[in-house]
Amino acid sequence: MAIPVGYIARNLVARRLTTTLTAGGMALVVYVFATVLMLSAGLEKTLVATGQDDNVVVIRRSSQTEVQSGIARAQAEVVETLPQIALTSDGRPLISKEPVVLINLPKRGSGKPANVVIRGVTANGLTLRPQVKLVAGRMFQPGTAEIIAGHSVADGFQGAGLGETLRFASRDWKIVGVFDAGHTAFDSEIWGDAEQMLQAFRRTGFSSLLFRLNDPDDFDAVKSDIENDPRLTLEAKREKRFYAEQSEALSKFIRYLGTSISIIFSIGAVIGAAITMYASVASRTGEIGTLRALGFSRAAILTAFLGEALLLGLLGGVAGLVAASAMQALSISTTNFQTFAEIAFSFTLTPGIVIASLIFALAMGFIGGFLPAARAAKMKIVDALRAA
Amino acid sequence: MSPEAALAHGAEGGALPDDADSAKTPLVSIRNLSKYYVRGDQVIPVLVDIDLDVGAGEYIALMGPSGSGKSTLLNLVAGIDKPSSGEIRVAGVDIARLSDADLALWRASHVGFIFQFYNLMPVLTAYGNVELPLLLTTLSRAERRARVDMALALVGLSDRADHKPNELSGGQQQRVAIARALIADPTLIVADEPTGDLDRTTAEEILGLLERLNDDLGKTIIMVTHDPKAAEKAHRLVHLEKGVLVE
Amino acid sequence: MFVSLLVLRNAFRHKLRTTLTIVGIVVAVAAFGMLRTLIDAWYAGANASSSARLVTRSSVSLVFSLPLSYAQKIRQVEGVEGVGWANWFGGVYVNERNFFAQFAISQSYLDLYPEFVLPDAQRRAFMADRQGAIAGRKLADKFGWKVGDQIPLRGTIYPGTWTFNLRGIYDGSDEGTDTSTFFFHFDYLNETIKRQYPGRGDQTGVFIESLRNADDAAGVSAAIDTTFKNSLAETLTETEKAFQLGFVSMSEAILLAIQAVSYVVIVIIMAVMANTMAMTARERYGEYATFKALGFSNGFVAMLIFAESLGIALLGGALGVLATFPLAETFAQTIGSILTGFKVSGETVVTQMLAALTIGIVAAAVPAWRAARVRIVDGLRAIG
Repeated sequence: MAIPVGYIARNLVARRLTTTLTAGGMALVVYVFATVLMLSAGLEKTLVATGQDDNVVVIRRSSQTEVQSGIARAQAEVVETLPQIALTSDGRPLISKEPVVLINLPKRGSGKPANVVIRGVTANGLTLRPQVKLVAGRMFQPGTAEIIAGHSVADGFQGAGLGETLRFASRDWKIVGVFDAGHTAFDSEIWGDAEQMLQAFRRTGFSSLLFRLNDPDDFDAVKSDIENDPRLTLEAKREKRFYAEQSEALSKFIRYLGTSISIIFSIGAVIGAAITMYASVASRTGEIGTLRALGFSRAAILTAFLGEALLLGLLGGVAGLVAASAMQALSISTTNFQTFAEIAFSFTLTPGIVIASLIFALAMGFIGGFLPAARAAKMKIVDALRAA
Repeated sequence: MSPEAALAHGAEGGALPDDADSAKTPLVSIRNLSKYYVRGDQVIPVLVDIDLDVGAGEYIALMGPSGSGKSTLLNLVAGIDKPSSGEIRVAGVDIARLSDADLALWRASHVGFIFQFYNLMPVLTAYGNVELPLLLTTLSRAERRARVDMALALVGLSDRADHKPNELSGGQQQRVAIARALIADPTLIVADEPTGDLDRTTAEEILGLLERLNDDLGKTIIMVTHDPKAAEKAHRLVHLEKGVLVE
Repeated sequence: MFVSLLVLRNAFRHKLRTTLTIVGIVVAVAAFGMLRTLIDAWYAGANASSSARLVTRSSVSLVFSLPLSYAQKIRQVEGVEGVGWANWFGGVYVNERNFFAQFAISQSYLDLYPEFVLPDAQRRAFMADRQGAIAGRKLADKFGWKVGDQIPLRGTIYPGTWTFNLRGIYDGSDEGTDTSTFFFHFDYLNETIKRQYPGRGDQTGVFIESLRNADDAAGVSAAIDTTFKNSLAETLTETEKAFQLGFVSMSEAILLAIQAVSYVVIVIIMAVMANTMAMTARERYGEYATFKALGFSNGFVAMLIFAESLGIALLGGALGVLATFPLAETFAQTIGSILTGFKVSGETVVTQMLAALTIGIVAAAVPAWRAARVRIVDGLRAIG
């Protein structure tokens, strides 16, 4: 027969201070662990969601990012003629040729400078990105120095709000609209007329091309057409994949750093659990002897104390998760060192993270409580009763 | 000088009162002593209006059923608890009026404790445990050593001075406790069930030791006990029942 | 004297418990030290840089180049002593994981950096070879390069495979100098570029200027920028230190997070130690009551607990500090080229010990207070 759960639980309540401190330590570890995973997930979600399944991005070979890439007009025209590109309602190829540059803007509040992406778009550019919606003001007039800002930029940077004016490339640009890109990378960008941008930054070529495939399965054919064409020094990627790659380094870095930190911290918490459980066993030597005398098996004792340790871990895990989930209200803005541009993202709590955190917490409880529980189970009945 | 004589002429702490006075003025004089606890809106009396005198050199046993208040009375005389009302005079000082800090200093030089479970420090040797009360004095290390050696010799444990409590038998531990109780030459020795945890033979040894302290060194002893054999050794028996002295 | 004996013996009464606590503190203090060192390393580049050198770059963004012709005009600005230029190359050596900084530099560049120590013979060989390159000691050691080796780099910004002859290995004149960078000749890059992409030639990423008078930094910076105001490419000039700090501030959010996290680990171990002291004190109420009965004061009992807690904490702290050094060494070897200057500073050690001290004090606070207040009769009842 097994020792009732009530007995196990009540022991934790009886020593409230100890339970609180031990579970508290584990809660902090779980909080750090979950928060880091949430950060990484938030980053990936932002960058991965940025992209349609049937869009293709073309950049210069080996460029890795749009900012590093340069595509001559002639090459862009060659790509435009590809048969697999979908057509707009007027029968023209649905392709957007865009210059992308970085400018340095001061943040609101701290005034510290950070790089922001400026993208020159055409009407096609908007069609190709249906997740982008204007939430305030209006679209810029083509051929003018009007621009629209993603809401992360409008909120985070000085002079980038609706109605404000930014100065760059020796010109003044008025923000006439704010757009929401549904938690994707575009939220951290400023868009203006492509031709205006080309002139202002004295560019002769574009940074990237974006087009839609008629049939998503055509991708492999298109890719091979572009990459094997001797006139072109370009490479093509699915839009989703392109943005996913951009977050890989930062995401990996956050995950590595965070997981190593969590594991190191967990050593402290596990030690705390072990100390508590050893003391718990020591103070209940008489009880253990009595239980065994009454007929409960060694396995039952082991399970009871392991159960107590696991319960402790669970308490810590739940508390840590609750605290971590509160982080979802915050958003982070940092420089993605792969693209050199500022990107805003928030914490995302996924079911996977909840499960991982709880398992982590239970593991801490288990590791901390195993040896003490084994000690309790190994006790000889007579010794236990005498020591009481 | 024999160990007994040396202790009798004592270092710090109260010197034995002179013969003529001691017969008349009691060493301990308790008047209207009461102690009660308040639990919620209930008042629970433990001691009710106790009057008691203990003469210098007397050996008295406090007896009574459990819950009679005998241990509480002992604690009050020893200065480790405060009464709710009344006065307790020991060698002329009303200790019920002393502040906690003063009471601590008073205890150090006036009371020697012997507990049922010895209450020795497990991390200290027999020597270290006996030395403990002297650390509250200004004696030098050499002076302390002299006294500890004498006290241990008195209780017959000189050869066990460097043993820790877990290396000593129950009887030996109680003897260390007795040596500790004597070391500062206290006015009063207070014992709470000193033989409660010992077997018959060992209990006899301990009681014999206490008797010698009283007979040869003239120590005043107040003892709480259940044990009728222990009570036999006392000069006087004091009975308590439900917080009141009974004849 | 006696008290230390008592405290020491009491601390090791429960060998397992005390050992576990000490291990926990060692881990926490070492982790704390490592995280702080990580942050220091992040700022190290900025801290090692000069306030007497200026960096001029495009005011729009670092990503834009400036015309080479600017060098002439900059030389004529009042207060400027020497002018050089550098261009970020961003090549890949074998694979992306072997990241290190590579710059194409002007002939005058090395004159501006007296802290790079290069033997004369190597310097001459480098200057004489168009395809020559020099590498910092730390970088050369990491890949086992020797003078005379051929180093191939795959260009990303400038496509193609570029091969350089390693003509010299430079050392830093003091501790903080970075020796993880790869330099080659700007002229070689420029000429090759002009052959393939004529429009992209004669451009450079940044200009470096040395000052005649170090106090003139602000004035000279403004003068340089005014020279190019309203031109094709406006400039932004600042001290090298400010320039490097600009990079650091871009990762500010992450740095703040790491700093916060480093304190969290201390809090975790504080909870563990507070738990240990609370349990220990509670088990000894009988002894504390006995002490008080014998005449020792409440303060004495509280002091026993504080002394034990501090003793354990400081011992763990000291061991944690000692453990940090070899850990930092190992870490520096693996990510040394990305994050140079990974060294445990004296300030970090002091902070670590302060953290240990805080842990000891906080952990003992409540148990000491409770033990000081426990009534003698209540405490005695705990025995037997």
